[in-house]
Amino acid sequence: MHRFIVAALLCAAVQAHAQSSSEEIAKYRAMLADGNPAELWEAKGEGLWKQPRGPNKATLEQCDLGRGAGVVKGAFVELPRFFADTGRVQDLESRLVTCMQDLQGFNAAEIVKTPFGKGEQVTLESLVAYVSSESDGMTFSLPQAHGQEKDMYEAGKRIFNFRSGPYDFSCASCHGQEGKRIRLQDLPDLTTAKGAGAAFGAWPAYRVSSGELWSMQRRLNDCFRQQRFPSPGFISDATIALGVYLGVTAKGAESIAPAIKR
Amino acid sequence: MFRIHTRRLAWQATAVVFLVAGCAAPAVAPPDYDAISLAMIKASFEAKGQATLGRLDQDPLQRACSAATAPSAEAVRKLEAQELATIKPPPEGRYLGDWKEGEKLAQNGRGMTWSDPADAPAGGNCYNCHQLSKAEISFGTLGPSLYNYGKLRGVSDPSSDAAKPIVLYTWGKIFDAKASNACSIMPRFGEAHVLTAKQMQDIMALLLDPKSPVNQ
Repeated sequence: MHRFIVAALLCAAVQAHAQSSSEEIAKYRAMLADGNPAELWEAKGEGLWKQPRGPNKATLEQCDLGRGAGVVKGAFVELPRFFADTGRVQDLESRLVTCMQDLQGFNAAEIVKTPFGKGEQVTLESLVAYVSSESDGMTFSLPQAHGQEKDMYEAGKRIFNFRSGPYDFSCASCHGQEGKRIRLQDLPDLTTAKGAGAAFGAWPAYRVSSGELWSMQRRLNDCFRQQRFPSPGFISDATIALGVYLGVTAKGAESIAPAIKR
Repeated sequence: MFRIHTRRLAWQATAVVFLVAGCAAPAVAPPDYDAISLAMIKASFEAKGQATLGRLDQDPLQRACSAATAPSAEAVRKLEAQELATIKPPPEGRYLGDWKEGEKLAQNGRGMTWSDPADAPAGGNCYNCHQLSKAEISFGTLGPSLYNYGKLRGVSDPSSDAAKPIVLYTWGKIFDAKASNACSIMPRFGEAHVLTAKQMQDIMALLLDPKSPVNQ
């Protein structure tokens, strides 16, 4: 069915020419959003949150995502943030890995090494969908009171503008101007609250082209691949710093995660 | 509890600042975020496929064009002169190849990612950012439209003396876009060995051959 819609959209786009193609794609997205398959991951994630798992046969119901043990509502729009128990700034994925290790007895280092879409990374896909959905419609307000949170923002801003590799690309090469596109794909300007909100506030998202639920970590990983960079480590500091920069820039923007993407 | 703790720390920090200011001692230097972010990058990435960690070592131009403040006019002139010196003319002075091959390269956005085979030639990526032929409506807008590129510049015979300045300028732009615009977002296709001379000749033909769809 998706293929049919894409074909119809392409015909329409050819007739109307490129200027209205964004509108057509927006319509296509609206049609798809009527039934966002991300809901399946949300439901599965809620089940996994409450299910005794891992060597300790424990649930995640005592996991502290920043608003106190077990509080899921509103946690997503305040992440990444500083956590006193680990002494680190953590994003959603990184914090979930901490809880899976501390509460359930999983080996965090092993999860970090696991490729996307395999093993416990599959569990994380559902968990990020569930946790983000519990902040649907809330506005981003990342805390910036702690020194490490400020440091991560400043580092993230510099990593965003860091040009390197055979193509000289940085994040800003594609995401530093308004109203631009690659081929027909609109590029959000991630240096503005509107653009950062639309992008940072949409991931995790269901990706129609691959039929998968992608976390922000996975989205960033693929950005760096296309930037022709080496691979960023899962929940590495550079990725968390970028999350802080984007999340702080998105202040006041509404979260629609988990959204649906092409 | 944690919040109270930080607040107390903040008060103590403020008190220290007053004391230091009172003694007219040198102020504490702010954190060196450039060094912090660089160390973070070095610690966060791992080599994968053909994308080695060496790709994180910036050259002076990449460093200058990553800074929060744009390089000075003087620095820009110096960078552009250095890039200009790297431009090599094509073998036997033959600037134009086959526009049909050029169109295929313009369509091809592959190459040099960790998921591309290391020995596979890279594409030109042109349509990702530029409009070229009228038939292809799926084009990006990060770069200017190149539709009618040769025609608009009055190139009716690319091998003529009259066309020479445009031909040389265009070759330079593809070989190293930074020679004429230091912080351009366009890759340095020749200088960075992304494309071969033959591939660049074919893209030249796509832009400048009067028979190319770009000039219809």
